[in-house]
Amino acid sequence: MKRRTLLTAVAASALALGAAFPSFAADAVKVGFIYVGPKNDGGWSQHHHEAAMVMAEHFGDAVEIVEQESVPEGPDAERVMTQMALSGADIIFTTSFGYMDATINVAGKFPDVKFEHATGYKTAPNVGVYSARFYEGRAVEGYLAGHMTKSNKIGYIGSFPIPEVIRGINSSFLHAKKENPDVEMSVVWLNTWFDPAKEADAAQAMIDQGIDVVLQHTDSTAPQITAQKAGNVYTFGQAADMAEFGPMPRISSIIDEWAPYYIERVQAVIDGTWESDNTWAGIGDGMVGIGEISSAVPEDVKAGAEALRDSISSGEYHPFTGPINKQDGSAWLAEGEVADDGTLAGMNFYIEGLTGEIPQ
Amino acid sequence: MIAIVKRPEPSKFWTIATPVFAVLLTMILGGLLFAAMGKDPVAAIRTIFWDPLFNDQFAAYSRPQLLVKAGPLILIAIGLSLGFKAGIWNIGAEGQYIMGAIAGASVGLALYPLDAWWIFPLMVIAGAIGGFLWAMIPALLKTRFNTNEILVSLMLVYVAEQILASAALGFLRNPEGNGFPGSRNMSQIPWLSNPELIPGTGAHWGVVAALGAVVAAYVLLNKHLLGFQIRLTGESPRAARFAGVKDKLLVVFCLGTAGALAGLAGLFEVTGPAGQISIDFGAGYGFTAIIVAFLGRLNPIGILLAGLLLALTFIGGELAQFMLGLPSAAIQVFQGMLLMILLAMDLVVNYRITIVNRETT
Repeated sequence: MKRRTLLTAVAASALALGAAFPSFAADAVKVGFIYVGPKNDGGWSQHHHEAAMVMAEHFGDAVEIVEQESVPEGPDAERVMTQMALSGADIIFTTSFGYMDATINVAGKFPDVKFEHATGYKTAPNVGVYSARFYEGRAVEGYLAGHMTKSNKIGYIGSFPIPEVIRGINSSFLHAKKENPDVEMSVVWLNTWFDPAKEADAAQAMIDQGIDVVLQHTDSTAPQITAQKAGNVYTFGQAADMAEFGPMPRISSIIDEWAPYYIERVQAVIDGTWESDNTWAGIGDGMVGIGEISSAVPEDVKAGAEALRDSISSGEYHPFTGPINKQDGSAWLAEGEVADDGTLAGMNFYIEGLTGEIPQ
Repeated sequence: MIAIVKRPEPSKFWTIATPVFAVLLTMILGGLLFAAMGKDPVAAIRTIFWDPLFNDQFAAYSRPQLLVKAGPLILIAIGLSLGFKAGIWNIGAEGQYIMGAIAGASVGLALYPLDAWWIFPLMVIAGAIGGFLWAMIPALLKTRFNTNEILVSLMLVYVAEQILASAALGFLRNPEGNGFPGSRNMSQIPWLSNPELIPGTGAHWGVVAALGAVVAAYVLLNKHLLGFQIRLTGESPRAARFAGVKDKLLVVFCLGTAGALAGLAGLFEVTGPAGQISIDFGAGYGFTAIIVAFLGRLNPIGILLAGLLLALTFIGGELAQFMLGLPSAAIQVFQGMLLMILLAMDLVVNYRITIVNRETT
């Protein structure tokens, strides 16, 4: 008897739980964000999240934000996007390269929902892509790295061997080498965007080999922490300013400025003028910011880096201006020739002077 | 005073009732956790357990997704449970899952663009063999050199992950992928894909295979001599040897079956929901399946239910994240709580709590 009453009670409470369905505000534009790492990773995902918050503040009650963090790239991402679309999202920002196919698939099922995929290249009538010309910032980092290294050994923590990351490696090496012809760069591939333990291990291994400037294309602050412990090692903030690690080891940073873009695109949804786009903006457009160059850098080097930044910003100088050879010694860009966006978008080769191979 | 007395045999009633109590207790404790975080506890619990199944807006989508998520977990866990019952600890299902996917995908993609009805069945067989062979490494090392299968199978996961990265970047890379890593998307190539069999159910061949494995394991364990030998070996290896159990053959059988089923799960996943071989294809199903196997008490029916329950908390947890703004860490704590409470409540299955008079003891 007791068992039966218990079961009835369970059933009754289950029904009571289900009775009240959540209500959704119909008038506010619902904006979804999907992040590959935790919202507080200190880098990439956190910066997208903060930009989303700036955008939310800008619009106030006119928008409702829904977010999901730590979504693995693959089938899980597709499910999260579908559920967001089903829950009434009007526009969804998918903020990692690996969400590309999932975004296209889900967008096909929800023609009325807008999608914005960061750093990808596949578009559709309701899918726009946006990315920043991080390689412009990498040029400034390379300039600083070339001047600051004493051992002439620079390390680069790579994530996935995709064109975006390879561009960054080439750009930073090119500009380090220009300032310091003796410089060598070692690249370590981690095959992850966010894994503090692996990132710290990679940084430590580099420091043990005598590398004294560490660049990173991964999202956590673990390399900064490792460098801080080691002492005479320089790093750069990645995606976020990471100013809390200044003036040493962090001597500057690349800051992703997504908020203006988010505001612009959500405004377009509100106005009903949204159209699929392919945005690739750099320092000049304000999408890539160069963080304050710290007091650890000598004044003249700082001035040189700022001059480089300004010349890229004004369009006077393109970071990939010839003569540049490929790693195998074959010519890529002739004297004065500037790389076209198509080649840059699919870049899958190292430039001359880099050692090691792109994993394949 | 209160004493804990071992039952002569596990209580039938509590075996069935504890999961229900554990879920209820988790709802209460989890609710307190969410309330402490300033969220509405009733809404949070409802979003996790109710909305994926019955919400008007998305249940039609998330209900089939339960099968998609639970399918590989159940398939792998069934294989693992056979070994676990016999005291053979295969911790490397994740590696066998990855190798099955690579083996199966390699067959299909090597024949590309050939289109024939027999390619997919061949890929399925290749997937099973890939997982089987990967599991044979710890099996043979154990039977030949008496190495520890826990260590060997676990370490082989990391080897498999490296092979996966090399496949995605090298020999299986999509030649038309604009320089990006990853194979062709098999879910978009009709004769290589593992589609939803009945639209709207989420059931692909992997789900069918999982259900088949549940039935087969049930029959094996309850009706077949081999099942008896597995159980006997787990309970008393010495007695099993006296009873004529060939223990080395049993190691090969248990690891091989687990490997083949994990390989199948990988193949069905890579041709279905995942679609392609990518560097981060291994999403941890092989490890989560260990939890599913124990949560289901190594019983085939239990594993079926445990797989579905875990899938529910995954999908409900995702909903709770974006609908209520709960951080993903809180969802993980909640899932951990559920598992801990379920396992802790095993106490009342195997033990009786009684009040005894102190003077008489």
